[in-house]
Amino acid sequence: MNREDFPMLKNDIVYLDNGATTLKPYCVIEKTTEYYEKYSANAHRGDYDISYKVDMEYENTRDLVRKFINAKHKEEIIFTSGATDSLNKIIFGFFGKYLEEGDEVIISISEHASNVLPWFKLANELGIVIKYVPLDDNLYVTIDNLKKVITNKTKVISLAHITNVIGDVRPIKEICKLAHSIDAFVVVDASQSAPHMKIDVQDLDCDFLAFSAHKMLGPTGVGVLYGKKELLENLEPTTYGGGMNESFDSPDEIYLKELPARLEAGTPNIAGVIAFGEALKYLENIGMDNILAHEQKLRKYLIDKLIKIPHIDIINLESDSGIVAFNVDGIFSQDVAYYLNKYNFCVRAGSHCAKILKKGVGVTNTCRVSIYLYNTESEMDNLVELLKDKEKILKEML
Amino acid sequence: MDENLKREIMLENYMHPLNKEVVNDNTYIKVNTNNESCIDNLDIYLKIENNVIKDIKFMGEACAISTSSTSIMIKNLIGKTIKEAKEYITNFENMVEEKNYDSNILNEAIVYNEIYKQNNRKHCALLPYVGIKKILDNYQ
Repeated sequence: MNREDFPMLKNDIVYLDNGATTLKPYCVIEKTTEYYEKYSANAHRGDYDISYKVDMEYENTRDLVRKFINAKHKEEIIFTSGATDSLNKIIFGFFGKYLEEGDEVIISISEHASNVLPWFKLANELGIVIKYVPLDDNLYVTIDNLKKVITNKTKVISLAHITNVIGDVRPIKEICKLAHSIDAFVVVDASQSAPHMKIDVQDLDCDFLAFSAHKMLGPTGVGVLYGKKELLENLEPTTYGGGMNESFDSPDEIYLKELPARLEAGTPNIAGVIAFGEALKYLENIGMDNILAHEQKLRKYLIDKLIKIPHIDIINLESDSGIVAFNVDGIFSQDVAYYLNKYNFCVRAGSHCAKILKKGVGVTNTCRVSIYLYNTESEMDNLVELLKDKEKILKEML
Repeated sequence: MDENLKREIMLENYMHPLNKEVVNDNTYIKVNTNNESCIDNLDIYLKIENNVIKDIKFMGEACAISTSSTSIMIKNLIGKTIKEAKEYITNFENMVEEKNYDSNILNEAIVYNEIYKQNNRKHCALLPYVGIKKILDNYQ
């Protein structure tokens, strides 16, 4: 749908790496240019007209984000450089101060590196213990399995809403309910869910949530950190400098601004944040439910065809989103990706930043097709056509 | 060399690489070699006696270019002295980097003589050499 809105699609490519990043519609690109051409000033400096305009636009995006995820307060929305930055700020700025030796954090083996490595770092620094919720046969997280690893030392459950390799939607609402019943916090990596489905942080009742603008039609270098207000108040800034302080005279006299400014030190990615607002409006216009339905339909369409090809091994037969991970029997995933590239197909090969998943699935690397709103049935037909003939792949991959 | 023949040699060495096996023998020196920009990851095992390379084996996951290049490198380096091996490696690197090289000593490895045309695959062909050099440069 809406293919005419995306200039990149005029370049004769089939873009199927939307889990990595997404293409941008004209409105987002034009909004970026608008900032640089018409009101290119710094934010939070409203001393002159164009600077005031910047503030209005910048804060307008904050409000759009608030509505997009149905947060209660505008100041619960913090702009970062991306989901990685958001997760690092949450984990080091909040949990780095809160957790103590022996406290347990539950993650899964299919988490993205940015929801693993910061916790590993805290394990090394503070002596917290990382535990993994066992995945079921479909590689899903279930409440029953979560209950098996919860102990009276569990302080945090930190999971992706949708994983970037399997594409399963985790039951975050139930997980929050369970976690809160034992006074544990829930951190949600929504990088792969916010672009594809409706998110309501009040309904989920999650404590923290992180996602990136560029995976949802927005510019690179912009991310969102959501936290419940009372928790954000206790999130210690990991970055200090301009824009976040009230005054400072000596090490004993540092006065910081209120939320959200306190957590946004330095000149932010102003053009990016402003243009991200356009991406959110664009998505809302189509409707998140329509986007998810389109992706699920297209995924089923692709799977039904791929499953009939004997040399294709589908890793995630079951999935709730638009992600298909597969291998061609006997051919290294990267060679398949190189082969498809010769036909201008963009698919990803590798472990998709979920390096510890290989311990659980027994598959180190896969090809990943991740679908978005602008992908079509005819693109899937062409992909299947290219994958059907193994001899052709072997002949042309070099 | 004919394009199809080159492809056949690479493919044969990819599908049936020489000495791709796990080594549990402490007379071998082990080194890992991987590409930061992609997902190739190989362990190379080298056995040296009296300054002569007696055996090389490897294990891991890598693309067709890296795997075939490793297999062909192993065929060519076994039996060479360290000095000869280094000379061979320099020649191979020069070929990939479009510098002057002696094609006579490279044997089958000249199938990669046009790999420079695919800039993103050069590091694949060089991958095993990066690993083996680490061992040879540190060998006393």
